[in-house]
Amino acid sequence: MTDSDHHRDHLESRTVVVPRGKAIEMLQAQAADVTRLYARPMTQWRLALRRFRERKSGMIGLGIVVALILVAILAPVLAPYDPIQILIGKEDVSRYESPCIHALGCPEDRPQHIMGIDGNVRDQFSRVIYGSRVSLTLGFFTVTLALFVGAGIGAVAGFRGGWFDNIAMRVMDVILGFPSLLLAIAIVAVLGPGLRNALLAIAIVTMPGYARVMRAQVLAIKESDFVSASRALGASSRHILFRRVIPNALTPLVVLATLGVATAILEAAGLSFLGLGAQPPAAEWGSMLATERNQVFTAPHLVFYPGLAIMITVLGFNLMGDGLRDALDPTLNK
Amino acid sequence: MLSYITRRVLLAIPVLIGIVVVVFFLIRAIPGDPCTSLLGERATAAACARFNEANGLNEPIYIQLGIYMKNIVTFDLGESVRFSRPVNQLLIERLPLTTELALTALLLSVLVGVPLGIVAARRHNTLVDTGTMALANIGVSMPVFWLGLMLAYLFALILRDTPLVLPPSGRLSPGVFSTPYYTVWGWELSDGSAWAKFNEYAANHYIFNNFITFQWTVFWDAVKHMILPAVALATIPMSIIARITRSSLLEVMSKDYIRTARAKGATETSVVRSHGFRNALLPVVTIIGLQLGALLGGAVLTETVFNLAGVGRALYDAITGRDYAIVQGFTVIVASVYVLVNLLVDLSYAYLDPRIRLE
Repeated sequence: MTDSDHHRDHLESRTVVVPRGKAIEMLQAQAADVTRLYARPMTQWRLALRRFRERKSGMIGLGIVVALILVAILAPVLAPYDPIQILIGKEDVSRYESPCIHALGCPEDRPQHIMGIDGNVRDQFSRVIYGSRVSLTLGFFTVTLALFVGAGIGAVAGFRGGWFDNIAMRVMDVILGFPSLLLAIAIVAVLGPGLRNALLAIAIVTMPGYARVMRAQVLAIKESDFVSASRALGASSRHILFRRVIPNALTPLVVLATLGVATAILEAAGLSFLGLGAQPPAAEWGSMLATERNQVFTAPHLVFYPGLAIMITVLGFNLMGDGLRDALDPTLNK
Repeated sequence: MLSYITRRVLLAIPVLIGIVVVVFFLIRAIPGDPCTSLLGERATAAACARFNEANGLNEPIYIQLGIYMKNIVTFDLGESVRFSRPVNQLLIERLPLTTELALTALLLSVLVGVPLGIVAARRHNTLVDTGTMALANIGVSMPVFWLGLMLAYLFALILRDTPLVLPPSGRLSPGVFSTPYYTVWGWELSDGSAWAKFNEYAANHYIFNNFITFQWTVFWDAVKHMILPAVALATIPMSIIARITRSSLLEVMSKDYIRTARAKGATETSVVRSHGFRNALLPVVTIIGLQLGALLGGAVLTETVFNLAGVGRALYDAITGRDYAIVQGFTVIVASVYVLVNLLVDLSYAYLDPRIRLE
């Protein structure tokens, strides 16, 4: 029986108690009040949600992330130009042109380019908008991969112990022994440059974090009374692991995964900046920055906006992750 | 304590061996063989055979691994095929720059991060606290290479006619040279000896070298060139250190012994300094050690942005250019330093908190 079932039972016994007679309407109103009170039982998640809503920074982070997701989905609507379309012959613009915003006094007869024109005569604003698609997808898939593989290894290592635990965790130690960006560079060098390989590399170097946290959680939960009870009832190891242990171990991983998206986006941008991630002409913030970095003194807007976009995205996920941590673990921060 | 140290050191050894082995196989997994990448696409089979013979590349893989392990233990890191020079020599030239960069950045992040964290904690829930933490949040989200480029733009171009102007690239201005201390002091060093190499290595730390020899013009030039890269590199660790210091101090300040200290009439400053800060220091020390890895990784990006010929940049060039010896040698050195620093952090943690070594 779940918590909400319990509350519903309780609620029914209350409604039965309502006496008939003249006061029935009044009591019905009262019952409605009770229903409202009990219809939303205070489960742990609901409490966490309330705590999350109370923290301003977490909500700002959520706002940024939601806004970015909307930008990514609506990119074709928001972007005035095709991100890889070269505007030579289409418009009277030249490369490295500064931003032209009509509202800020740029002559009306000039085409409007909010973030200027890049070195290949493309609209920078459209490229920055489309860049959100690349970064968000990459962040999401990297973390999903690292989470599933890492947490899987950690869960099995913690649950079974023995030689698997020893070997798996030593391998994780070795991965952690490298500065993460350097290992990611080496892995991409092996796999070949490209966005998908950068994703794989970052997933590999971030995996140990999930494995360690999951293992620690599993080790703690394994010893708890409800697991012993389940075992006494004759549940199989598999049932205990998937139905009892893992669901109860997920909370810190949610936080870690949210913060992990931020790390993944930052590291992927770094790899792209070094020419190992997204390849031209793809509209990816890190590689846009890399392409125009020598123009920083002549056309700073081409470096400024993609970097700002990376920073805002990473900031959004960081704030949201911090908010989630405070909400899910009230003992951590008062 | 001694048994704890022994245990920790013994635990670090398999990790080090693991790193060495992983590097060995990673390098050999990089597509393209070193012969064609160095002698060119049109290298003849005979030339390649000679090349492989000379570099021990036609031995069975486990023999290669064995030789490689032996060489690392004897600190013979081989010869870079691209530069035709020993990897040791390249390390002597390039490691000091990265060391200086990482240490300056670390120093900066501790000297700014810790006080910021303390101020934020002491003024908990005020505008100062919120502001500092907002800045710290922006700081951790900063792409190092973007910040570097923007700093270069600001200090080298916008502020070029003010006293605040700072150089955007290189280690020293054109025409400025760092004279090694052993030349200044007229030491006789026999060429090629280990002692001479050590001195050359030490003197390549320009800031250090020109400080101890009182060559102030060169010293300031080196410092000025270091400021922008170090600030860019320090931003993320600084923000993390500030956040950890704050939350750790906040937690400690709610403990019973703090109330006791206040109750016995100690001044707030003394409570914070000798009861709060000391106990809040443990997580801060750990995080400082962990940041070193981020600094070494970030050095690749920073050195790229500021055109610095350090280890990070050399490693990147070597990986993309399949220069086996450099990648092997440098990665092993960098990763070993990283493992050793983390070992030291663990040990200092045990020293600061006696409970740990008893576990």
